[in-house]
Amino acid sequence: MTSVNLASPHADALTDAGAIEGRSLWQDAWRRLFANKAAVTSLVILAVMAVLCFLGPTLLPWSYDAIDWDHVEGIGPDMESGHYLGTDSVGRDLLARTLFGGRISMTVGLLATSVALLIGVTVGAVAGYLGGTVDQLLMRFVDLMYSVPLTFFVIILMVLFGRNFALMFIAIGFVEWLTMARIVRGQTLSLRNKEFIDAARAGGAGTSSIILRHIVPNVLGVVAVYVTLTIPQVIILESFLSFLGLGVQEPMTSWGMLINEGAAEMETNPRTLLVPALSMTVTLFCLNFLGDGLRDALDPKDR
Amino acid sequence: MLSYIVRRLLIAIPTFFVIVTACFFLMRAAPGGPFDAEAPVPPEILANLRAAYNLDKPLVQQYADYMVRMVQGDFGPSFKYKDFTVTELIAQGAPISAQNGLAALILAIMIGVPVGIMAALNQNSRRDYTAMGFAMTGIAVPNFVMAPTLILIFAIWLKDTPFQLPAGSLGDGGVKHRILPVFTLSLVYIAYLARITRASMIEALRQNFVRTARAKGLPYRSVVVRHALKNAMIPVVTFLGPATAFLLTGSMVVETIYALPGIGRYFVQGALNRDYTLVMGVTALSAALILIMNLVVDVAYAYLDPRVRYDQR
Repeated sequence: MTSVNLASPHADALTDAGAIEGRSLWQDAWRRLFANKAAVTSLVILAVMAVLCFLGPTLLPWSYDAIDWDHVEGIGPDMESGHYLGTDSVGRDLLARTLFGGRISMTVGLLATSVALLIGVTVGAVAGYLGGTVDQLLMRFVDLMYSVPLTFFVIILMVLFGRNFALMFIAIGFVEWLTMARIVRGQTLSLRNKEFIDAARAGGAGTSSIILRHIVPNVLGVVAVYVTLTIPQVIILESFLSFLGLGVQEPMTSWGMLINEGAAEMETNPRTLLVPALSMTVTLFCLNFLGDGLRDALDPKDR
Repeated sequence: MLSYIVRRLLIAIPTFFVIVTACFFLMRAAPGGPFDAEAPVPPEILANLRAAYNLDKPLVQQYADYMVRMVQGDFGPSFKYKDFTVTELIAQGAPISAQNGLAALILAIMIGVPVGIMAALNQNSRRDYTAMGFAMTGIAVPNFVMAPTLILIFAIWLKDTPFQLPAGSLGDGGVKHRILPVFTLSLVYIAYLARITRASMIEALRQNFVRTARAKGLPYRSVVVRHALKNAMIPVVTFLGPATAFLLTGSMVVETIYALPGIGRYFVQGALNRDYTLVMGVTALSAALILIMNLVVDVAYAYLDPRVRYDQR
């Protein structure tokens, strides 16, 4: 069998056309995200910050809770003794403490956001997909929770049941899932009647597998944006608790606790306030810029 | 409209009682009590104390007593501030919190909304980027970072200069003492208001009715103010409702750092001291305010957006 000789000059163009691949929503989004200078810069800074906080404390000459008895008065940067940013008023290394505090703050931020993500996506997707009474019940519950002064309840919980690391991120996660649930429900409502969902149902897929394999992957874009914007809120809430003395316990530390300690001695040693405050602010800035960048990348309508 | 308000109140009132009930039993379920002093108290004195504060009755009885008195506006005696009832403490602290909150709210609206409109009208210009950069600062810098930093700058570094500002407390009651706390409080609201106003203004300016208004030759200014702005205010009002409730009930951080005797600070101290009745009183007050403000927001919708009709639902 001989191949058909395509003498037409358009034939080459046609074969080329076959080679052009369609770009998916995510590929498009990545391209737009990487064109956004603020978002890329934020991503790089965040990566550097994360590496520093998670590896830094082990590489420094001083541990975050070790007291240098030669420098208990709170010194400035001193290369010789290994205190690259000086010490606090009890002689602990400021850089090591700031990096270790960042590790705790970021860990709580990620864990609490995961709790919020899990509850919010489950409630939102189930309510949106099932509709009817289930939807009514879940969404009225969300409405009710919105009118509860939740920060008060977190504080009461932390006071009553002790300063417990696990309780803290679970409690914060339980506060932050509400908006996530509303957003996911809204998205699910608009997806529910799409043809591919009908097709899945016609193909015999059960409710749970439709939610897990067809609904959830399609709301991930919106969820990703919201997650990036939730992490800074969680970090702020955790630091706020630590600032009030209700967060992690000594000798552990977090940015909020360091800022509280720094505020107490800022008159004599302002570095102890400014170093953790600056680290935290930079991180929060980058997370917010990244979140905005992601939103613009996934939903370019407003650009 | 009236029937809608009544229906909403019928939901809001049970919600309020659910919140107070949850708070009540949560505090009673906790290990440790308000009289766990460092030095152990003789059992007879402890029994007297518990009787005096109505803690010796069965839990359900305590709950019923508390609820009956709360409805009459009596939150009971404070566990830690002897000689004071919670109602008295709240009556002392609430005006201070409310004054600061109101000043911060007015400042936030006066700066945030115009900045947002300006940014929207100059979308993607240098002015827009500058304004949104500042707004991002207001959002990213939490108030417990902003407050000590402002104190460091204005009370310590600028000491003995004309720019020196007192680091809080009511002092002689002068306005100067309120500048830093009010500014710290309002910053994050200025930022959010600017961003929300900008986004909804941009959205409104693209609507068909704005094009129609301009096409029929109305002056630009009146199109912006009367057509676009009125519609753009709906998300702003949504934000302002809960924001007002939060501002009026006082900020725990700002009042703690600036040593202002408002109810936010009472709540923090009450929680740390396990002063059950004080914590309950402040929580109930702020829950009530949030519920009321949410209702006010929903009623305001109907005035701003004629498409919203509650009666015909």
